[in-house]
Amino acid sequence: MASVVHFRLLSAKFASLALNNISNRSVHYSAVSNNNTETQPCEKPNSLEEMTLLRSINNALDLALERDPSAIVFGEDVAFGGVFRCTKDLRDKYGKNRVFNTPLAEQGIVGFGIGAACAGSTAIAEIQFADYILPAFDQIVNEAAKYRYRSGNEFDCGKLTIRAPCGLVGHGGLYHSQSNEAFFSHAAGLKIVIPRGPYQAKGLLLSCIRDENPCLFFEPKALYRHAKDHIPTEYYELPLSKADVMEKGEDLTIIAWGGLVHVASEVVQMVRENFGKSCELIDLQTILPWDEETVFASARKTGRVIIAHEAPKTSGFGAEMSAAIQENCLYHLKAPVKRVAGYDIPVPHVFEKFYGPTKWKLIDAVEKILDE
Amino acid sequence: MASRIFASISRLSSNGCITVNIIKSGHKLGLQFDTISVANNTRALSTSGRVFQEPQKDHHHHVNERHHNEAHHHLPNQCAPISSQLNFIEPSSIPRVPAYRVLNPDGSLNDDLDPTLTDDKIVSMYEQMVQLNAFDKIMFDSQRQGRISFYMTNFGEEAVAFGSAAALDGRDWIFAQYREAGILLQRGMPLKLMLAQCYGNKEDLGKGRQMPIHYGNRSLNFAPISSPLTVQLPQAAGTAYALKQRGEGQIVVTYFGEGAASEGDAHAAMNFAATLDCPIIFFCRNNGYAISTPTNEQYASDGIVNRGLGYGMSSVRVDGNDLFAVYAVTRRARHLCQHESRPCLIEAMTYRVGHHSTSDDSSAYRSADEVRQWEQEVGPLKRVYNYLCAQGLWSEERQTACLKEARANVIEALNWAESIKKLPVSSMFDDVYDELPDSLRRQRDELKEHLEKYGKHYPLAEHEGI
Repeated sequence: MASVVHFRLLSAKFASLALNNISNRSVHYSAVSNNNTETQPCEKPNSLEEMTLLRSINNALDLALERDPSAIVFGEDVAFGGVFRCTKDLRDKYGKNRVFNTPLAEQGIVGFGIGAACAGSTAIAEIQFADYILPAFDQIVNEAAKYRYRSGNEFDCGKLTIRAPCGLVGHGGLYHSQSNEAFFSHAAGLKIVIPRGPYQAKGLLLSCIRDENPCLFFEPKALYRHAKDHIPTEYYELPLSKADVMEKGEDLTIIAWGGLVHVASEVVQMVRENFGKSCELIDLQTILPWDEETVFASARKTGRVIIAHEAPKTSGFGAEMSAAIQENCLYHLKAPVKRVAGYDIPVPHVFEKFYGPTKWKLIDAVEKILDE
Repeated sequence: MASRIFASISRLSSNGCITVNIIKSGHKLGLQFDTISVANNTRALSTSGRVFQEPQKDHHHHVNERHHNEAHHHLPNQCAPISSQLNFIEPSSIPRVPAYRVLNPDGSLNDDLDPTLTDDKIVSMYEQMVQLNAFDKIMFDSQRQGRISFYMTNFGEEAVAFGSAAALDGRDWIFAQYREAGILLQRGMPLKLMLAQCYGNKEDLGKGRQMPIHYGNRSLNFAPISSPLTVQLPQAAGTAYALKQRGEGQIVVTYFGEGAASEGDAHAAMNFAATLDCPIIFFCRNNGYAISTPTNEQYASDGIVNRGLGYGMSSVRVDGNDLFAVYAVTRRARHLCQHESRPCLIEAMTYRVGHHSTSDDSSAYRSADEVRQWEQEVGPLKRVYNYLCAQGLWSEERQTACLKEARANVIEALNWAESIKKLPVSSMFDDVYDELPDSLRRQRDELKEHLEKYGKHYPLAEHEGI
């Protein structure tokens, strides 16, 4: 159960609406607006380097392997550097016993990772595409998520991190496009994290690797080569279960994660310029356990909330958030919570530009919610 | 450099010996050795009806070498000789893999083999088997009386647990399925702790969260049992890999039934273990049934043992009702794992004498006569009993006293377990994560508030409070 398509990474064809914004913009680390600055240990980095998302992940894995002699990196085709180049050069640097290929079996990869973590090793597993994580669903949901609980904390697999490229990529069709975070959000015991850029990817991945709970780290593959950032070369972590308020606003809250944050960011700008309204933009970053406090505070302030995700609408994570917001913030709301999501269909190849949330669908939603 | 040797099995004799013709550098040699030494001396890959053998050391290097040298065959990815004969390999043409036996049902030794265990050790292992048997009988009855919710007995498979566990180092890790309670007794788990688990009282290491018999014990390196079948196999391979890297000589043994071997995880685990050179023993308890499903509906091959060869593992079949044979085979397998850092497969042929579980009435799918035969004539306890009596190491009086003591031990632990309360209700929110997230803190507080109001409708008295 693995990719039949070997991607030519991010061809020009895929430079879709989603990326108009970031492909022309290099985000300096200090320009990343963030209200969690006190928890970020890298305010004054010794050195910065411009990195793509994939380079920042490679850099994070490098640092994790360097700091922790028990750490191992494994999965399908990771030895030669990975089909997305995220594990490039790591085998040469740390040896074939620490960075290695596994047979082509996702349930084996995750089960193997659980066992290694259980024995105290830091296990960093790669699933080649999030679309192919489902053969490991049993190992993740029944085993990894419940290991500590069912053993009364006698055993745990907290040192397991599973990385998987996710999301729309322009031409991925049904099985190279999925965002299946919501499936896993129903499994207490897991942490689920999705970064939006190189700075967040490195800091959040290092947090996942060191966190004492099994983590799923979904990497928006559309950003691998397109998102660039000047980021610290040294080790740093960003806190899990902490949303990032990227822009402050008064009239409306937009919540997104992964690559969609950049679409939303463009929309925020357009709404300001065209409608004269200020949006609060929140990158959720951690899907489970999610930062209810930050989201509720924003919803209470603006009274209008739009949640955007690429995954299908029905039972997508937006549904959970929307229900929680109305349960906790009902009397502050001026309009029903809106969800702009993928349709309840598989991701179709030639129709992809029509499938997911685009900036136009978001602007349409903004117009409607402001009218209510 | 590494030499290439081709061998073909030419004869399988009735006593389990294999005659092998080895062709090396154009010279034909004949060798004979028993199946255990096949496992010890070769890595065997079945190709085109032949057995390809290669030295164990540095075999990865050898594989690369092989690719290079065999290029003229124009066969990708495989070192195989070329043939002008169009032959399918028929399973029926391959002799059934014999089961290694030391102790005959009548208590005599097969072919005068050495039990390799001291008399004292055999006596104490037998006493433990009796203890497990008594534990099972009382626990089964206690479920019937509604005192615990569920139970699974080990009847008929006592030799598998004690024979294999005795051959291991106490620091080796165990990943069990659920019918291996004997291993815990062998490792010194107190009966009270086992009962605490079945009762889910506050002394249970698992904090009362899992169904009965889902034991786990960190200090005994016994990974927590979970209900989904076969999930522990790839996990065990991962643990074995981690232990190998640590280099302290520990190995992993993972147990599973022949039904569980049909799961995809079994395939993944064995392939991972073989390609990643994990020091692990895959120990299959082939007891004839997966709940109601007999083995002829489980697989169409000669059991599980030959699958090991398909993955490139040393594999052996053993009489699972024979304590001495299980011990000998496991000890040899452990040696392979530890010293050559590679996996192996043991298939122990046994019979599930008890019902599948307390939720199962096995008379719905098999005859009482069949069960009686296995229990009384060839059962593992009976065999050791016969041996000990024949050796003058045991007597009827001793048997009576041993049974009485075993029962008393269980009753004492059971009365204790029933008298202990369960953990406070709010503890059910602990250990989902290493720390309690805010969302779960709120749900815990909601339950507390609810119980303060409606507590009288709940069995709060069984717990140490809210």
